[in-house]
Amino acid sequence: MCTSIVEIVKAEGSGKGDGGWFDLTTAVVSYDHPHHALLQEAIAIDFVNSALGPGARVAVEITLQSAKELSAALSRAIAAADVVESARLRGT
Amino acid sequence: MAYEGMIAETISINGNKGEPISAYVARPLGGGPFPGVVLIHHAPGWDEWYRETTRKFAHHGYAAISHNLYHRAGEGKSDDVAAKVRAEGGVPDAQVIGDTEGAVAWLRAQPYLNGKVGVMGTCSGGRQTFLFACQSKSIDAAIELWGGRVVMSKEELTPKQPTAPIEFTKNLSCPLLGLFGNEDAAPTPEQVNQHEAELKKHGKQYEFHRYDGAGHGFFYYDRPMYRIEQALDGWKKVFAFFEKHLKK
Repeated sequence: MCTSIVEIVKAEGSGKGDGGWFDLTTAVVSYDHPHHALLQEAIAIDFVNSALGPGARVAVEITLQSAKELSAALSRAIAAADVVESARLRGT
Repeated sequence: MAYEGMIAETISINGNKGEPISAYVARPLGGGPFPGVVLIHHAPGWDEWYRETTRKFAHHGYAAISHNLYHRAGEGKSDDVAAKVRAEGGVPDAQVIGDTEGAVAWLRAQPYLNGKVGVMGTCSGGRQTFLFACQSKSIDAAIELWGGRVVMSKEELTPKQPTAPIEFTKNLSCPLLGLFGNEDAAPTPEQVNQHEAELKKHGKQYEFHRYDGAGHGFFYYDRPMYRIEQALDGWKKVFAFFEKHLKK
């Protein structure tokens, strides 16, 4: 594969890489050759700070199935967090 | 036993618009003359496999250079640098052409060159090899290994990659060898057929070989996509093609 499946979004928060914690600017999700996982293709997720050097990176390479389960877990956690935030806004 | 040796080292060359970029070069010891090979690295980066392949060509009697298309992203581990480039949306085709022209010019300036230069690349580097062979008249042979996105839909075009390489086929300036796996999804067998049909239409000199039982990247011995029989046959074809077009 030599895909063009790449999604790039802003990311605000922190990530922990080789050199410790750093501020994030960007999250990149792609489906292509993994560097390390023994898979033909993988969903790769990189959290980076584009203003820092290439080492400012938190990386994972996971199977498509794992990515689907992660995506569903994110959706569930975000939906629950939205309920908490809505309650906070209402002052209840 | 004949004495054998090579020199392999990193250097700086003039890339696109004269900007300095790093490169890894290897050649047999001695005065030559040696044919030259430029290696265009793949999307996973300027990595160990490309270092090894540069030395492999030196072992086979070539002066080889692998230039760093990701130099501008900064120094670091090759996978980190590749990820940074991906986060920036990749490198522009025009910049790759300029950098590769710089690598060819560097080889042509060496006193040990026999006057001939070929280009080879895998994956995105295969696509860029074909693109370069269509846009430059400075080389004598090109080898495209499973180049993805030579055929591109309108939706895939970006400011950095504004034109599908297949559109430039009529300008191909040298003989082309292409190796592909029939189980590849990018390029698909249908896209390889389109690529070949365009070469035929314009009367270009080319050889395409398609391998059953192989997908993408079947030369990469450290990845699950490695296919030993297809890879060994592919390497034979690579060296036979460069022998024919660069050594004679």
